[in-house]
Amino acid sequence: MSFDPVFTFGTIGAAALIGMGIAHALDDGSLALTQPIAASELVILGPGSFDHPQAGEFLKENHPVAAPVVQEIIEAPLEIMKYQVSVLDYGRCVADGACKSADTRKIGNIPVTGVSHIDAEAYATWLSARTGEVWRLPTDVEWAYAAGERFRGDIEGGEDDPNNPARRWLAQYRTETSLGRKPDPEPRAQAAFGINSKGLADVAGNVWEWTSTCFVHTTMASDGVKVASSIDNCGVHAVEGFHRTYMSNFIRDGKSGGCAVGTPPDNLGFRLVRDRTSLVQAALRRLGFS
Amino acid sequence: MLTRREALLGTVLTAAAVATVGAMPAVANAKDVAGLPREKVTLVPPPFVHAHDQVAKGGPKVVEFTMTIEEKPMIIDADGTQLNAMTYNGSVPGPLMVVHEGDYLELTLINPETNTLAHNIDFHAATGALGGGELTLVNPGEQVTLRFKATRSGTFVYHCAPGGSMIPWHVVSGMSGAVMVLPRDGLKDDKGKPVHYDRIYYIGENDFYIPRDEKGQFKKYESAGDNYDDTMKVMRGLIPTHVVFNGKAGSLTGDNAMKAKVGETILIVHSQANRDTRPHLIGGHGDFVWEQGKFANPPAKDLETWFIRGGSAGAALYTFLQPGIYAYVNHNLIEAVELGASAHFTVEGNWDDDLMMQVEAPKAIAS
Repeated sequence: MSFDPVFTFGTIGAAALIGMGIAHALDDGSLALTQPIAASELVILGPGSFDHPQAGEFLKENHPVAAPVVQEIIEAPLEIMKYQVSVLDYGRCVADGACKSADTRKIGNIPVTGVSHIDAEAYATWLSARTGEVWRLPTDVEWAYAAGERFRGDIEGGEDDPNNPARRWLAQYRTETSLGRKPDPEPRAQAAFGINSKGLADVAGNVWEWTSTCFVHTTMASDGVKVASSIDNCGVHAVEGFHRTYMSNFIRDGKSGGCAVGTPPDNLGFRLVRDRTSLVQAALRRLGFS
Repeated sequence: MLTRREALLGTVLTAAAVATVGAMPAVANAKDVAGLPREKVTLVPPPFVHAHDQVAKGGPKVVEFTMTIEEKPMIIDADGTQLNAMTYNGSVPGPLMVVHEGDYLELTLINPETNTLAHNIDFHAATGALGGGELTLVNPGEQVTLRFKATRSGTFVYHCAPGGSMIPWHVVSGMSGAVMVLPRDGLKDDKGKPVHYDRIYYIGENDFYIPRDEKGQFKKYESAGDNYDDTMKVMRGLIPTHVVFNGKAGSLTGDNAMKAKVGETILIVHSQANRDTRPHLIGGHGDFVWEQGKFANPPAKDLETWFIRGGSAGAALYTFLQPGIYAYVNHNLIEAVELGASAHFTVEGNWDDDLMMQVEAPKAIAS
């Protein structure tokens, strides 16, 4: 069972309201000096819970299994950019010397592409410093919550046949092929891929988005529910879009970051969440509370 | 005793006589050929190959093919990069033509007046006249018919060769394909034992040289003629921008992945008209490989990777032993992954634990 009260304020006004309200109320003074840069339009999603296939690879009794579906709870409102970070926005970070130029050939109001996980983190750090707010990449769970009906997850091969591992590989290949997605490499103007039910633009268009979720190998306990052990590889992060896949942090072109088989992301970009919880904690710390 | 004429006409042939036809110093005149049975074959686009007998039935014959040259833009990668392609019969590579040793291959080559350039064909399987190039130059609006005798068995490249710099330019614009001349009694392994294939795939590999603009983006041209100067500059650098199978990066993957079943034997004919390559079947082998493609030589056994010289075609026979997804690549892995030379096989069947199994799945290192 899942419920999902969503409050969407897809306007600059709403973003400004939040920015002026909570953030500034807790400000200890340093933020007031920061020149506000063009406010990103935010979508604010109310708390909720939903069923979510976990990110990573899962094994049970030495065999791959489909990702377990777990009920995830978003406790605080999730403030996430309505649009993917644009070429224009990213360019400001580059101009400030805090970001490396993207491998993007286009200019203007289109999503920045040709950026790695490292670039996305650098942008979040820069934006946080410039605004005095806490900006970060969404987790896989947060991204899925905001993606709503456009979340697909990994392309699964189904249950492993212990007698024939190739069945799963072939099933996965067939599933992927049957989705019939054709390469679509040219980034489009923001909102070209429409708005989802949560009010976010361009979810699962032709720009896959970096998340802060590390790739993980998880071994399930024999009950198939509990985790027996897991090993993180934070040199690789989940990227989300038409499907969920995993890319090394330094990859800027999804087409060259994948394996011998499989659908590669057309482009790599990102959007950020504004973390009010962290902001409150940071502000409280500055005020001497812990 | 057989007369040469009887042997050539296939009137009283025995199997033994058939096998020796190629070696006989027979010279047939046009009148003799006129008496031979004729077979008309409709070509199919690669990676598929027209239906054919692996062991010849009856004596030599004239096998008729028709190819229409099409100049047309083709997309060669997922980014939509365009090649002003020149094609035999509309495909890159051109279709594989199969005949038997001692047969006559008769090609009608049509250059429709919608084309802009003169073209011809040089068959490496043919003898004389620059492989037939000298006798087949056709302007737009013309057609020509050439016949040559398939005197040597094997896989052979054909390509356009209209003289001077036009030769490499037409070839790297897509104008190449292959002919397979089978021994009359079929293929044999290294010990002379007959071998058969259940499926055959023809993979033509092409290197393309697409010019870039000042921003590094691939340029697009109205027509083939417009790209000539720029393309020649890239060609002279000898570093292709694309190395692909079947005319396009990814053209033999997904829905178009080649299919096979465990226990089936496939023959892969691989041609490269311009540049060396080194096919490799990831997770499989070449059971019997005619690296140089010439069936009079015994095949090499159990190869991991085989070498196809630029300007030649080779053949590899393999029986699949394990199901799954196989990648068939040019094992210069930069060319395979970055430039496009990868194809896939999907193979159905039962897994053999004896050949391979994961004894223990990944887990934390035991301390």
